[in-house]
Amino acid sequence: MRIKLEKRPDPSRLMLVVTPIASVLLTMLLGVIVFDALGIDGQRAVIDIFLTPLLASYKWQDVAVKAAPLIIIGLGLSIGNRANVWNIGAEGQYVIGALCAAGVGIAAGPVGGPLVIAAMIMAGIVGGGAWAAVPAVLKTRLGVNEILSTLMFTYVALQVLSYLVGGPFKDPNGRNFPATAPLTADQTLPLLPFTSVHLGVGVALVLPFLFWFLMSRSVFGYQIRVVGAAPHAARHGGFDGNQTVWLALLIGGGMAGLAGALEFTGALKTINLGFPSGYGFTAIIVAFLGRLHPIGVLIAGIVLAVTYVGGQVAQTTVHIPNATAGIFQAMMLFFILASDIFVRYRVRFIGSPKSAVSPAAPAPAAGE
Amino acid sequence: MNDRLPNRLELIGITKRFPGVLANDNVSFAVKPGEIHALLGENGAGKSTLVKMIYGIMQPDAGDILWNNQEITVANPKAARKLGIGMVFQHFSLFDALTVLENIALGMDAKIPQRELEVKIRAVMQQYGLLLDPRRTVATLSVGERQRIEIVRALLLDPKLLIMDEPTSVLTPQEVEQLFVVLRKLASEGCSILYISHKLHEIKALCDTATILRGGKLVDTCDPKEETSRSMAEKMIGAGLKEIKKPANTLLGRPKFIVDRLTTRPDGAVGIGIAEVSFTVHVGEIFGIAGVAGNGQNALLDALSGEITVRRGEAIRLDEAPIGAVGPTERRRHGLSAVPEERNGHAAVPEFALYDNSVLTARDRMKMVRSGLLRRGVAKTYTDKVIAEFAVKAQGPNATAGSLSGGNLQKYIMGREILQNPSVLVVSQPTWGVDAGAAAAIHQALVDLAAEGSAIVLISQDLDELLSLCNTLAVINEGRLSRPMNIEDVSIEEIGLLMGGVHGESAEMAPTVVPPTTIVAPTPMAPEAEPAHAH
Repeated sequence: MRIKLEKRPDPSRLMLVVTPIASVLLTMLLGVIVFDALGIDGQRAVIDIFLTPLLASYKWQDVAVKAAPLIIIGLGLSIGNRANVWNIGAEGQYVIGALCAAGVGIAAGPVGGPLVIAAMIMAGIVGGGAWAAVPAVLKTRLGVNEILSTLMFTYVALQVLSYLVGGPFKDPNGRNFPATAPLTADQTLPLLPFTSVHLGVGVALVLPFLFWFLMSRSVFGYQIRVVGAAPHAARHGGFDGNQTVWLALLIGGGMAGLAGALEFTGALKTINLGFPSGYGFTAIIVAFLGRLHPIGVLIAGIVLAVTYVGGQVAQTTVHIPNATAGIFQAMMLFFILASDIFVRYRVRFIGSPKSAVSPAAPAPAAGE
Repeated sequence: MNDRLPNRLELIGITKRFPGVLANDNVSFAVKPGEIHALLGENGAGKSTLVKMIYGIMQPDAGDILWNNQEITVANPKAARKLGIGMVFQHFSLFDALTVLENIALGMDAKIPQRELEVKIRAVMQQYGLLLDPRRTVATLSVGERQRIEIVRALLLDPKLLIMDEPTSVLTPQEVEQLFVVLRKLASEGCSILYISHKLHEIKALCDTATILRGGKLVDTCDPKEETSRSMAEKMIGAGLKEIKKPANTLLGRPKFIVDRLTTRPDGAVGIGIAEVSFTVHVGEIFGIAGVAGNGQNALLDALSGEITVRRGEAIRLDEAPIGAVGPTERRRHGLSAVPEERNGHAAVPEFALYDNSVLTARDRMKMVRSGLLRRGVAKTYTDKVIAEFAVKAQGPNATAGSLSGGNLQKYIMGREILQNPSVLVVSQPTWGVDAGAAAAIHQALVDLAAEGSAIVLISQDLDELLSLCNTLAVINEGRLSRPMNIEDVSIEEIGLLMGGVHGESAEMAPTVVPPTTIVAPTPMAPEAEPAHAH
């Protein structure tokens, strides 16, 4: 018997939905096996990482707060990936976005209020976009691969962060710690009463639907889709490839910058050297697990946030390091990328070709 | 050929099923040693699938393959080559940057020292009059020469059966004759040849036997010399051929579309640009551009459609409006539509639904966009209209373009452009890889569009198509366009020479274009030539 992959006439819509779910389940299964092999209670670890944050209501707000930046960044990245623009420097754009917001906050001094908050958030979007604009220039003018340039710019952003929080942005009353001064109460995003859920979570819930509408109904979304699916056809249709690269990178950077500004003004209220927490990289997994679909990204963002929160739970219950969550996230990406093939191909099990031979039939007496 | 010889190859009841189609249905035929056996059929008739099974690329679902009366299973192409089955594909697998010798060495199953291989190659070339310099870089060779590399590669294995898949689709008439000389010599030495084609006059000129397939089924095995082109075509298509109705009145109107010294830069190192191309198309005129593939047709189409723009707007004028400097969207607003040669990924997006493909080029003229948003309903209605008026076999506007057969997709694309009522239509290879029924429908649509007062530029490698449709014909070679000729005044010979890069009526060689070393020694032969109009 042989196993054969056969191309489907059309991509399977069922598989498009099934494979991400299967990837999560396989990740859990493999997690149990691996941790058991390591002599740790694997079942308990997997339950704590994947289920406790969902079952324990007091963890929900943590999940929501962690999911917000993942969803917002993931949305931006999914747009770029749809257009075959691979921005993997969202982490840097996120940091720069937050720093720009901090810059506006510092400039505003003690002044607060909605206008200042709005200005800070706008600064975050512009900053993140500007950081992504550099790779866009390099790509459209010089043909520099954006995968390399965006990643390298992440490290530049981290250097900028440590310079700013250790120098110009350092809290003058902060006992010389490299951190910005905490925001005043009227400079931070409003919270849901009695929770840590800030306005950014609401933004993360609304944006996916806005993106969904844009991608499926607007000429802009059409342009992104057609450039990604068939660049040559896009050119034939009158869509400029360079313009699309610009749009994809500016939106990716802008969204990352927005997430940074929201995280700063909503959740952390200060920026220190620990500000970059890997959301920009995890959001790549979110985009793929969500199948580059805005609603998929919303769900995937929550799943990944669960693993972040669950990782902390498992740390205390089964005493495994917090980095374990990273391992699970990586496994998920692994499975989702590997299972991608089932969307376009079907697996067929076939016997040996000889067994299928029918008795030799005479040629049909057609014609003449 | 001797009828009493045992069969070299025999197929018994070969059946192959793909999801949704029965590609081969109980096909049986036999090939004798030294026989040139044609496999004739429309695109999608199952010819390629059949030979892929003989060459071991696929396995049949049912049926037997007999080789010298022994039942065999051809597990893979390597096993096929070991048996003595060689194949020359329609699309070459050559590395442009490497030499002929290096390319052949890369394709060999056995490792042979380069010096030894070169001796062998030269011997084969000598034997069959395939003149080619093994040290030349492939990028500098013409398509005909590249095909010779593939033939030499196959001949080095001393094949007993050579499969040729549509070998003449990219050759000039002269190169076709040279190829036939080689094939006849091979056959005379006992090598069987399985010749896949849908060009009837070639089959009549070359082949001893023809097996005709239609819709995966064997229709007939006949002697092409005793058939007429028309009778074979009818077996191939299964119904009477429709004549193209051309309006009797061929008086042309005023100049509509003027191209004036249009020049573009080559795209990449081995690409080709166009140089100083000038022509004028009048209202109601079909202006044909003949030429061998890879002589700048794609560059010309890109330059005319607006995918490539030039600084000087006056280089292209439509009704006196300079449009050379603006892109495709703006040119469409002026009424210029274009259909590129490649359907998948250029004229259409295979993953997209048909209505989404309508948005690609018809969104402006057919008002599918309002304030930045797509009007899906409008796109679907328009797509429905295209499907209905051009008899596209598709499951409605929601079917993906990739799910359509080549012919149906081409009908959809042509319909999408024609129903926008363009005043100028530029099409490249509109019937390439399209079955005869669809080709006839497309030809009729072009003739009708011209009759309604549009100007049409038809770029094609199919001389029959050009001669039957066009009012005026020019030939493109190495990015340069010959002078336009009235269709009544052209001769096949002259076009052939122009296609091969020989300019001027005296037919003198232009040494810079075709280096003398690459010309096959002219062998006197009397091709049983058909008139170019096969039907």
